Amino acid sequence: MRQRKTAVFALTIGGALTALLPLSGAQAQSLRDVSAAPAGASACLGCHGARDTSLPALSPLSAADIETAMEQFRSGAREATLMTRIAKGFTPEESKAIAAWLSVAK
Amino acid sequence: MNLSQPSRRMVLASAAATAAVTFASPALAQGAARVVVIGGGYAGATCARFLQREGLEVTLIEPSASYISCPFSNAVIAGLRDMAQQSFTYEAIERQGVRIARQAAIRIDRAARNVTLADGSVLAYDRLVLAPGIDMRFDALPGYDMAASERLPHAWKAGPQTLLLRAQLEAMEDGGTVIISAPANPFRCPPGPYERASLIAHYLKTKKPRSKLLILDTKDAFSKQGLFTAAWKELYGDMVEWVGLSGGGKVVEVKADEKIFVTEFGEHRADVGNVIPPQRAGRIAIESGIADQTGWCPIDPVTFEARAQAGIHVIGDAAIAGGMPKSAFAANAQAKACAQAVALMLRGAQAPEPKLINTCYSLVAPDYGISVAGVYAPAKGLLTDIAGAGGVSPANASRAVRAAEARFADGWYKTITSEVFG
Ligand SMILES: Cc1cc2nc3c(=O)[nH]c(=O)nc-3n(C[C@H](O)[C@H](O)[C@H](O)COP(=O)(O)OP(=O)(O)OC[C@H]3O[C@@H](n4cnc5c(N)ncnc54)[C@H](O)[C@@H]3O)c2cc1C
Repeated sequence: MRQRKTAVFALTIGGALTALLPLSGAQAQSLRDVSAAPAGASACLGCHGARDTSLPALSPLSAADIETAMEQFRSGAREATLMTRIAKGFTPEESKAIAAWLSVAK
Repeated sequence: MNLSQPSRRMVLASAAATAAVTFASPALAQGAARVVVIGGGYAGATCARFLQREGLEVTLIEPSASYISCPFSNAVIAGLRDMAQQSFTYEAIERQGVRIARQAAIRIDRAARNVTLADGSVLAYDRLVLAPGIDMRFDALPGYDMAASERLPHAWKAGPQTLLLRAQLEAMEDGGTVIISAPANPFRCPPGPYERASLIAHYLKTKKPRSKLLILDTKDAFSKQGLFTAAWKELYGDMVEWVGLSGGGKVVEVKADEKIFVTEFGEHRADVGNVIPPQRAGRIAIESGIADQTGWCPIDPVTFEARAQAGIHVIGDAAIAGGMPKSAFAANAQAKACAQAVALMLRGAQAPEPKLINTCYSLVAPDYGISVAGVYAPAKGLLTDIAGAGGVSPANASRAVRAAEARFADGWYKTITSEVFG
């Protein structure tokens, strides 16, 4: 049986307390609380969740790393087969919120 | 032990400690709210898992003991992959604390808010998520019914049909003709018929090089058309021929016994024939009146709630998701946004405006991948493409880039199936 951490954390959206839930254990690494996810964030996990595939897992990265990468994909400063196309769909503010959420609960 | 218990208690404990939170839902005030999910595919299984993580009491209704994945099933047809790599069980989902009802849902009582299962038992819900995928329309193409699909497989739900088409290709003599007929939009996996054509061409080129592949299409344009067409020429020469609507490609009848495809312009006889018929939302969505006259379910793009019924949410292929294609990636992304909306609504909070992503990889050959992507947000009542984002792989990319996209396709499959079933 998988380990269940008992830690509890709170996330705030628009000043209202919206979630107080335990963090997940091991197993499917991308399973996490979505009720406080900023727009677009949970969709990223479709490609960037599991480790040891040809696509990078995001959990080892810091929020700043993810945000910078998104900015560079958007501007074209960094090349990619696909992320340049995805990044253009998000504003800098959205990318910042997504990066913060994705880097939580490593 | 039911793992959903601790998290449910924790929600309630924290709720009690937080005077600022007011619950509009009486159900949650008394105990965890009950959410029933119909269908354990990419949409429903994902949604059930994320809902359970929110401390809700979740029952997933799914008659099959294992799920057979369509993504990458074209590689099975072409002999490049084993069916075992397509099969997943519901064990991890059950271990997580989702209850699984191993039956079909046969009726939804929208007024009483409950679902009747095949054995007659009844499940009450506070909110229902409907994710039954598609059914083939066996009434839409003259000559193509369930019996005909045993001669001319559709292979558009993975399983025995996939293996039947593979066996037919293996039995075909070199020099034979394979015909694929593709339906009008909308249908499951818009690039799927052309990926299938590509991988069958790869098989023929390797094993039966004198053979031909003809695609008869009800459309004049298709997903990633420029990329597919160029790659066919580059990799398979004249082996692949595509005939669109205005060229006479629309199939108006099939004669299954003789494997004949009838178009408005004439008849084509196949040695192996694959009919991808028109489709509609899974039967339960039609019978419960959640689908409209198109056969698909209109939804609110923020909450995924059915236009026909508050309290019932529709995700995946069964839904009309505006600009989003009917893909496993889209189904999984919608499922998470929907789980978020359902969890918040059950707490009396408002669902936020979601943003969704889709990415579909197609293999033109085992080491040659291409992709299409999009980013979507609600606009004018539909999930709408964000202008300037998304699009297809570049036309002039090197073979190294194509090979990288083929590897990323494999990475996507491993990642998503581990999130949904792992
Ligand atoms: C050949 C092919 C290749 C594809 N390749 C890709 C790809 O590379 N990438 C991609 O993103 N997508 C791909 N797709 C599309 C993808 O398969 C679908 O979009 C995806 O399966 C949709 O998920 P869903 O959960 O809506 O439906 P499904 O996966 O079909 O799941 C529906 C589930 O509901 C169950 N169900 C139905 N009715 C009931 C009922 N009454 N009671 C209980 N359970 C019920 C069914 O048993 C089934 O398990 C491909 C499709 C095909 C055909």
